Amino acid sequence: MHPFRPEYTGRHSRGVGAPGNIDRVPTLLKRDEPVSRLRAPPAHRWGELIFRGLASGGSLFVLLLIGAIALFLLLRAGPALQRAGWHFFTERQWFPDDPKARFGIAALAFGTVLSSLLALLMAVPVALGTALFLTELAPGRIGRAIGSLVDLLAAVPSVVYGLWGVFVLVPKLIPVERWLNDHAGFVPLLHNRFGTYGRSVFAASVVLAVMVLPIVAAISREVFSQVPQANREAAVALGATRWETIRLAVLPYGRSGIVGAIMLGLGRALGETIAVALVLAASFSVNLHVLEPGGNTIAANIATKFGEAGSGGRDALIASGLVLFAITLVVNVVARSVVYRTALAAEGGP
Amino acid sequence: MTVVGGVELHTSLRRRGTSRAVSGLLAVSVGVALLPLAAVLAYTISRGAHALSISFLTHSMKGVGPLDPGGGVYHAIVGTLEQVAIAAILSVPLGLLVAIYVVEYGPSRLAFLVRFFVDVMTGLPSIVAGLFIYAFWVLALDRGFSGLAAGLALAVLMLPVVARSSEEMLKLVPDELREATYALGVPRWRAIVSVVLPTASAGITTGVMLAVARVTGETAPLLLTAFGNDAIRFSPFRGPQSGLPLYLFSQAGSAFDVVVRRAWAGALTLIVIVLLLTVVARVVTARRR
Repeated sequence: MHPFRPEYTGRHSRGVGAPGNIDRVPTLLKRDEPVSRLRAPPAHRWGELIFRGLASGGSLFVLLLIGAIALFLLLRAGPALQRAGWHFFTERQWFPDDPKARFGIAALAFGTVLSSLLALLMAVPVALGTALFLTELAPGRIGRAIGSLVDLLAAVPSVVYGLWGVFVLVPKLIPVERWLNDHAGFVPLLHNRFGTYGRSVFAASVVLAVMVLPIVAAISREVFSQVPQANREAAVALGATRWETIRLAVLPYGRSGIVGAIMLGLGRALGETIAVALVLAASFSVNLHVLEPGGNTIAANIATKFGEAGSGGRDALIASGLVLFAITLVVNVVARSVVYRTALAAEGGP
Repeated sequence: MTVVGGVELHTSLRRRGTSRAVSGLLAVSVGVALLPLAAVLAYTISRGAHALSISFLTHSMKGVGPLDPGGGVYHAIVGTLEQVAIAAILSVPLGLLVAIYVVEYGPSRLAFLVRFFVDVMTGLPSIVAGLFIYAFWVLALDRGFSGLAAGLALAVLMLPVVARSSEEMLKLVPDELREATYALGVPRWRAIVSVVLPTASAGITTGVMLAVARVTGETAPLLLTAFGNDAIRFSPFRGPQSGLPLYLFSQAGSAFDVVVRRAWAGALTLIVIVLLLTVVARVVTARRR
């Protein structure tokens, strides 16, 4: 690859310049030294310095940005957290602007996690099936075309999903919800105590599932396409059928990558705001009965309450946003680490 | 059952059946995945087409009562164009610099760290970006709600997407090209500016267009930064402004038919803009392959 620096683990050319050949060409230059050092006139060195400074400055800015997000959220959230104390994590209600303010994220955090997990439960099998179909059964032109259609799902704005969800999907889901209650109501999760159906956590999860699906599908597709062809061929040579090839060669190889893809989907579901805000009929209760109307999430609560909130109320909303930020940050960092490790293993890196 | 060299190669009916069944299931899951796309597009087009008109595209909501018919989306289109333009102006150069650092000046510990956190930042919830700009720009710097604030929030969301896709495109530039340029005695920065970037420019443009498409549909950050406005506001620098997704959100929360009609028409407008950007970007890349 590049003569003056060792192979970067994340980068690999597609068929051009096999790594390992040029790397061993002896050179007078040390790693990372500008190529121009030997002969370039001073003006070039200045140019190099400035350009390099710009690039590394921009990169540092990204790191600072994440710090700044945490800092400024913390700055505004501090007073609200002080006001609420530990009740912030146990209180269900949200009345931050009352003279006797009572607010906490217990119900919101519960709703966020519940709806996201439910969405994953629905989206992951379909996403993995899609990814497997596209990499194993229909590679080539048709597969690519279908793949970009699936990617198009991610391009539809969430507010349009919300609009569609509340006016089209929710009415259509009511018979499904009624059927689930009638036939599977013995499962506490699927029991509806009121007999009214509509803007439930279940409906919100279906919309979330649609939004999570393209992400999980895209990343697991990438993971499956990294499985060496030789692994598949070996399985086929042993007489494996198509499904056995998938089960023996493809899935074990991509296991940690799939976990990463699912977690990235989780991160997306946790932070989704507008679609949930439109579909869910907001209520502040910790309720496991997902078919009953009502429920709320941290993000949706911020969207619906921000306009009417006073300054204290807005600080409280920022405090809840800080919690969301922390949760999604952890989920994303873990997910990316897992995906990175798979990618490194696939490239035979360290 | 086949016989090869006297050995029976036997795949039992059960195993073949299982494999067929699984293949069928996989195909079904593709259908299930594409169903919502078809449904969303079909409903948006059929309901939006009824309500969409020239007057809808050329009028604002100023003076339109909560239950009045009429009114339009003009002010929101103006807002969205300005906010997205601001976001692009800020995030594209910065994203490019990040990509250049990671690909051309890597590998180093910092480059790895930056790459990792750019990836992590693509998962930043859009509402958190909005809260950040609200806390930082609107409150701490006391600039108030404005289209510019919305542009900043969108830039935060756009930056990692631009950086990530540009990085992929820079990696595709063959190293021979770089080496040939160095061999001419050209310093590294000149090689990047006049050889590497132009080579990758088509791919980078595609990435930028996809990022713009993604950010155009973002609602949550606008809620906290642009805040919304029924009237036309051309200046993005002072005072609340509307935006297409924001407009949609405000109309969609209603139970009244005239209002919901506007929401569908707005949805159609938004989806046409976003999908057009996405599809054109994809076709451009597909051509190049």
